[in-house]
Amino acid sequence: MLGWELPPHNSGGLGVACLNLSKALAGEGVAIDFVVPYMAKHENISFMNVLSASKLDPLFRFGIGAYDSDKIDEHIIEIPSATSSSQVSIREIQKTYINFIEEYLTKYRPDIVHAHDWLTFEAGVLAKKNFNIPLIAHVHATEFDRAGGHSGNQLVHEIEREGLLMADKIIAVSNATKKIIHEKYHIPLEKINVVHNSLDENFIKEVYSFDPEEHEYLKFLRNNGYTIISTVGRFTVQKGLTHFLHAAAKAIYKNPKLIFVFAGDGEEKNELIKLSAELGISQNVIFTGFVRGKQLRDIYSLSDIFVMSSISEPFGLTALEAAHHGDVLILTKQSGVSEVLKSAFFYDFWDEDKLANAILAVATSPGLKQTLKSSIKSEYLNITWRDIAKKCLEIYNEIDKHKNRY
Amino acid sequence: MRRICLYLHIHQPFRYRAYSVFDIGKNENYFFDSNYHSKQSNERIFKKVAEKSYRPTFSLLEKNLKENKDFKFSLSITGTWLEQAEMWEPDLIDRLKKMVKTGRVEIVGETYYHSMSFFYDREEFKEQVLLHRKTIERLFNITPTVFRNTELSYNDEVGKEIETLGYKACLAEGWDKVLGWRSPNYVYHAYGTNNLKLLLKNYRLSDDIAFRFSDKNWKEWPLTVDKYERWMSDAFLDGQVVNLFMDFETFGEHQWKETGIFEFMDRFIDKWLKNPEQSFITVSEEAELEPIGEVSMPETVTWADTERDLSAWMGNRLQDEAMTALYALKDQVIKQSKKDKSILDDFRKLTTSDHAYYMCTKYWNDGDVHAYFSAYDSPYDAFMYFLNIYHSLEYRLSL
Repeated sequence: MLGWELPPHNSGGLGVACLNLSKALAGEGVAIDFVVPYMAKHENISFMNVLSASKLDPLFRFGIGAYDSDKIDEHIIEIPSATSSSQVSIREIQKTYINFIEEYLTKYRPDIVHAHDWLTFEAGVLAKKNFNIPLIAHVHATEFDRAGGHSGNQLVHEIEREGLLMADKIIAVSNATKKIIHEKYHIPLEKINVVHNSLDENFIKEVYSFDPEEHEYLKFLRNNGYTIISTVGRFTVQKGLTHFLHAAAKAIYKNPKLIFVFAGDGEEKNELIKLSAELGISQNVIFTGFVRGKQLRDIYSLSDIFVMSSISEPFGLTALEAAHHGDVLILTKQSGVSEVLKSAFFYDFWDEDKLANAILAVATSPGLKQTLKSSIKSEYLNITWRDIAKKCLEIYNEIDKHKNRY
Repeated sequence: MRRICLYLHIHQPFRYRAYSVFDIGKNENYFFDSNYHSKQSNERIFKKVAEKSYRPTFSLLEKNLKENKDFKFSLSITGTWLEQAEMWEPDLIDRLKKMVKTGRVEIVGETYYHSMSFFYDREEFKEQVLLHRKTIERLFNITPTVFRNTELSYNDEVGKEIETLGYKACLAEGWDKVLGWRSPNYVYHAYGTNNLKLLLKNYRLSDDIAFRFSDKNWKEWPLTVDKYERWMSDAFLDGQVVNLFMDFETFGEHQWKETGIFEFMDRFIDKWLKNPEQSFITVSEEAELEPIGEVSMPETVTWADTERDLSAWMGNRLQDEAMTALYALKDQVIKQSKKDKSILDDFRKLTTSDHAYYMCTKYWNDGDVHAYFSAYDSPYDAFMYFLNIYHSLEYRLSL
């Protein structure tokens, strides 16, 4: 299994999905060597071997390239050393990663190489070309998603294309992603399987209790009839947050008892803060900065409504997390997670009016809020990681069946 | 004598458009979407159904009225359907008038707005029933004497109420849980009334046509005229009349013309009438038959779903909240209608039961979208737009 991050050294959904998938696959009897590009302790992982491709520290805040491919050649990662502070780029890490895989494959011969996203596709292609090992390309996001309407990085496109072409099978995390792979990279539909994600098991297992007393101010707002609406994610173009802010303003003009919580960080942050001031709604918008762990869960718990405003969202695990904490969901039709949920509001990312309408309706009607809350509870766990692992196994077996034909 | 009472229900609601919260106070057009192709365009839907169902079915009925002097049937036509027909396909009303003139087509009474008002506001219910009666008298020169409540919803209280309104019989579902060992193929006296008759739907023989006709997984598919006539004859081993009650849109819309539904019906009518012992009767003729016993329905029974209850209209919080809030505005709306001419009609168009049906979540959660017929993306969207219109009415009341 070729990956780029694993919790707790992750900055987003990619690491979470890889961990849960690997664990479920191991549960089905698959032996996994999981390669990451850095060196760190993964104390809670005993069901597979985690191999480090380099001696780098996992020092990242926005992820070393898992989410910001435009910084591919920027020297973003400091290598702490006793003498000097030198830096490396994503590209350099990728090269080290590929070398490690090559070395690994001269010693071991796995039945399948399962590569996650473009970051590891080159290593996957190497395994396929030079070692004749079947390749599965698992697409959690394409460069088209990351670029959010812009053209994206050409080199990344090339790597993605080669990986997708060389792969024996492709796994896409949603039909939306499958469509992009087919339309933008001209990969035949038969080669692409859709396997949706599920909720991070930690959310279910971890001991967590929400104490509203810890959040005096929000408790005060609640008691005064405010409705709290949140979103969680990286502040990038792809997330459609400026549309969301405009919709928030429209809703607040109608009903001032709305508080919007923007949890996260990213390149759009300053622009969003500025925009909320220009719209005259600064008092109703809270920017929390990057959150994780209990803080993140508290935000979900405090919220009445969770909005996923993405222009393009291959899947969108945060929606399942919010549902787990009892939020009403309002999701763009462009998010992959909307393919597996029914009891929510869905809108087109540009349809600010509809988003504002939905927020106001939930804030106004206790019946609507309660119905959506309780209905989504019975839906968001419909797909389990075990189901997902079984689907992957089927795909593995299919490849195995055809292997000897060539 | 083997009598068939064929009764068809013809209705279209005024679907409200995707009315935005930002329209409140600026725009009071709730029911006419300027986009002809939108999901809620009543005009588009009416014209489509007219093409697929109303016209060819009218032709079938007209032909049989002409060729078989013993062919008769009954219709219920909602006020909201008549309004739409007058606007978009007025020749349909002319054709209906001609059919009614033969004296062999009868019109059944009901609420003008196809509403569940009986269960929310008895006074409003009476108003809507009388409004419907007046409309039928004006257009067709006849006064309905037999009643059907929306979705065939019936309980003993409905019976009492409509008897005071002057009806002599009421249609209801011939549901096993009510009848037990008894057959729906007789006329019954309605419990708690002086002299009201109950005409009960034979749901097996009705649904063989209305629901199963084109179902290739049905072991009886394809349904032939001979086979159906045999089943029909069997029904008279225990009965004096078989009530075939169904949606008008069964013909051409639920069962497409490609399934052969029109030919089937045409040939069946013809074949049935070839035997002098067999006939068709209208609902009021059936009401003249001697009742064989008494039926009581303390709980409300409808012709809908496997549950035969009101849960598709009054089963969840969204529906309760929307409809309770709406009906609570009635007295104010009536007062305000002196100033605001259209507010009462707007209010009443919102009482149409289809709106509550669009908010039904019982199929939605199962993911059974096919069983779900809606003009909206989801029950939540349906509720949201309804809520906005409700707030708009509230706003108009404040003026």
